[in-house]
Amino acid sequence: MATATASSPVRDTGIGALLRHRAVGKLLLLAVAAAVVVPILNAKWASGAWPDALTVDLTEPLGKTTDWIIDNRDSHWLFTYFFGHISNAIVLSVRGVYLVLLAAGWAGVTAAAGLIAWRVAGVKLAVMAAASFAVCGLLGMWVPTMQTLALMIVAVLASVVLGLLLGLAGGLNDRIFRILRPVLDTMQVLPAYAYLLPFALVFGMGVPAAIIATVVYAAPPMARLTALGLRGADGGVMEAVSSLGATARQRLFSARLPLALKQLMLGVNQTIMMALSMAVIASVIGAGGLGDRVYQALSTVDVGQALAGGIPIVLLAVVLDRVTGAAGERMGAHVEDDSPLRGWRGWSIAAAVTVVAALAARFADRVDWPTGWVVNIAPSVNTAKDWMVDHLYTDVPVVGGTADWAAHFTTWVLNPVRDGLQGLPWWSVLLIVAALAWLIGTWQTALTAVAAMGAIGVLGVWNKSLDTLSQVLAGVAVTLVLGFAIGVAASRSARLERLLRPVLDVFQTMPQFVYLIPVVALFGIGRAPAVAAAVVYALPAVVRITTQGLRQVDAAAMESSRSLGATSWQQLRQVQLPLARPALLLALNQGVVLVLAVVVIGGLVGGGALGYDVVFGIAQGDLATGLVAGAAIVCLGLMLDRVTQPTERRAKKGA
Amino acid sequence: MRVRTRVTSAVTAVGALLALSGCGAADMTKQASPYANAAGAKTVTLSVQSWVGAQADVAVAEYLLKNELGYRVDKVQIDEVPAWDALSQGRVDAIMEDWGHPEQEQRYVKDKKTIVPGGDVGVTGHIGWYVPTYFAKKHPDVTNWKNLNKYADQFRTSESGDKGQLMDGSPSYVTNDKALVQNLGLDYEVVFAGSEAAQITQIEQFAKKQKPFLTYWYKPQWLFEKVPMTEVKLPEYKEGCDADPAKIKCAYPHTPLQKYFNADFAKNGGEAAKFLKNFTWSEADQNEVSLMIADKKMSPDDAAKAWIDKNPSKWKAWLPK
Repeated sequence: MATATASSPVRDTGIGALLRHRAVGKLLLLAVAAAVVVPILNAKWASGAWPDALTVDLTEPLGKTTDWIIDNRDSHWLFTYFFGHISNAIVLSVRGVYLVLLAAGWAGVTAAAGLIAWRVAGVKLAVMAAASFAVCGLLGMWVPTMQTLALMIVAVLASVVLGLLLGLAGGLNDRIFRILRPVLDTMQVLPAYAYLLPFALVFGMGVPAAIIATVVYAAPPMARLTALGLRGADGGVMEAVSSLGATARQRLFSARLPLALKQLMLGVNQTIMMALSMAVIASVIGAGGLGDRVYQALSTVDVGQALAGGIPIVLLAVVLDRVTGAAGERMGAHVEDDSPLRGWRGWSIAAAVTVVAALAARFADRVDWPTGWVVNIAPSVNTAKDWMVDHLYTDVPVVGGTADWAAHFTTWVLNPVRDGLQGLPWWSVLLIVAALAWLIGTWQTALTAVAAMGAIGVLGVWNKSLDTLSQVLAGVAVTLVLGFAIGVAASRSARLERLLRPVLDVFQTMPQFVYLIPVVALFGIGRAPAVAAAVVYALPAVVRITTQGLRQVDAAAMESSRSLGATSWQQLRQVQLPLARPALLLALNQGVVLVLAVVVIGGLVGGGALGYDVVFGIAQGDLATGLVAGAAIVCLGLMLDRVTQPTERRAKKGA
Repeated sequence: MRVRTRVTSAVTAVGALLALSGCGAADMTKQASPYANAAGAKTVTLSVQSWVGAQADVAVAEYLLKNELGYRVDKVQIDEVPAWDALSQGRVDAIMEDWGHPEQEQRYVKDKKTIVPGGDVGVTGHIGWYVPTYFAKKHPDVTNWKNLNKYADQFRTSESGDKGQLMDGSPSYVTNDKALVQNLGLDYEVVFAGSEAAQITQIEQFAKKQKPFLTYWYKPQWLFEKVPMTEVKLPEYKEGCDADPAKIKCAYPHTPLQKYFNADFAKNGGEAAKFLKNFTWSEADQNEVSLMIADKKMSPDDAAKAWIDKNPSKWKAWLPK
């Protein structure tokens, strides 16, 4: 997850006053503009809803595109000589990796995982890695885990290579860097569901489309961090290298890249995490592996079985995160390793042990994970879930049941916000967006935000988007309240923070499909469970950023306030929170981005609106509905980003 | 120098990949799963639809393919329409239960001939509106659509606002419900559960509290065994009454469910193809297996085995001679 890097702003009453003055000026200007434009608009299209005259219907062209692809896929050169080769290469690579993993057997793979972790990250992580793979086997998920691993290895390699190339171009050339940024933004905000179908049509159902969709989603952090690392190279070192007469290429390979190594490692780490989060989504188009197990369990409403498929994903994510994280830190630290096992010697021992383990299993005829060593967790998980639901659903004394909360939340919060937004005349929504974005940023940000909202109207999904917007706003509000509260508590107690860490890890990496059923069981179908799912997903990042931000508050400021006799509460309110403002703003921004990322998942539990349209698009092979809804989600994301991100752009999701 | 060797090796690698994939034209009609035929096994890839009935078909077919005919079975869950696309490209070999997709049939079976019909499953599907039987017993007249408006306020939820809630399910299902509500002048709001799993969970929660509800649902379905439901009569279905989706005013048809095979698999699939073609069983058989999977939470494999042990005469007839 992203970390807060911006320093706290210096408060100056003079500038503050001027800013306030400016704000009034901006608003006045906007009011004048509105006074001129609104009557004209109103005279032309009197109703409050987005005027039909200003929409473009994409159903026919997109439907024709689908037909064209399907009819020409087997014969057109574009497919037979280009896309076809890409997808064949992907299938071959995945198959190659999968066969190697199968040949190594469970013993070989587990040994290799442990030993690689040992070489790059130390003994503790080695044990953790080996144990995690063993758990995947114990859960009866060995083969699907290997399928997912094969998918991930190929997807991550492709993402890293693509990210590196893009990042190199962006890091060395300012123009490319500027063009690249919005492209990367879109790649990440566009819900993967929306482009699964077009990719599946072009590259073929299943693995090829899944890998390409994963690369689209996972390459941006690598590209961003590579560019960032290259641009951040120390000027002094660069000058020294040039003065030695190095060519541009030598400068790049001997100075810039090595200096950016730590960032590159972070990029790899982020790419792996993003790729894993696509493992389940990709199963919707038949990619197989663990995601498919989770997805199939969902259809029999079997939470236990879904969890059995979800745990290996979490374990893979945590292990890969820790190992690549540790590797990155070691690279940055440049520690002298003088143990007898350093360098090639350690690696060759690791390789030898792996081969021995794989061969031993082969001779013992135990290549596959032994069926006797499987623990079926599903029944007990389901019993626990049923107990929880039975006791929390309704009629709990005093506090009421979860179903009652959900109903109240829908009636008192979601309905009024949605109806309010949909009831506003369309031009006034644009005005509000313009005002908010302009107050917080420049006229360019305001223009982008308004254009994004306008695009939503033109696409013909105005009302649905406002419905989605109301859910996002409610979700963000709940996330922030909970996130700030937990973050404040965690920042004050190191023990709580330690306890929270694994919980947050699990929430962040657990595929959302796993908790869909419990969420519906507790909150019923509708928009309330959709919001609940979004909160579960977005909360960890908000808690983390808040905790970190509060922790980083200058110790001297804290000390001096305490010496002045401030109570703990006063300290928090008057010193910590104001000083941590940039971090809190980043938390807000992340909250928005992450909640928006779950809109589609919300569609699966009755959230309706844009999320449902995206799911509908893929289920019915309807490119128009799915893509338009996906584009509208991107526009909403763009608008919310501009409205919540003050002037200077900060690190975004994953970078 | 090192850079150049690296670039060269990268180019060679890409070249090798292209060579491996057959340098010339890539054949987009062949898209086998990368996991198929691993370790020398013969593999059949079956598409599993998201409802349990289809899972029961696949579970029994899988068990017999594995244990009687020696195949390895790869299952993939894909939504119905994309599954047709996957079938035409050979990403899956067979769809075991299709509820009728005229557009896809026209395109792939009649025009492109990449898919061939595989015969009846033996089960007839029917979509309809249902209320729980406990509610229908108390209010018998709710089972006719003409009286639905009378009960609208009882079916109200926070999602449907001041109208009654008609719960619809997964976006992949065939539904005319929005049009029906409008054209029949019903005081209802269609609320989409978004997935079958969400819909089942909600129905079970309602049933636990004996609450009234109105839902889109279909037969055969295992949930009827757990939550008995009674169908609400809609205006009778007549051939062609659903031709114009906007003007629809009639019930859903009864559909004999079909199997479909990839054309290449049907021709060259050997015993597996013959076996799947012979596969046909009754609604009761399917429900028995479905219920074991979905309600008793048995693994599909165990559920299939239980049914197979009990009904040898039925499945022995499917084996190729």
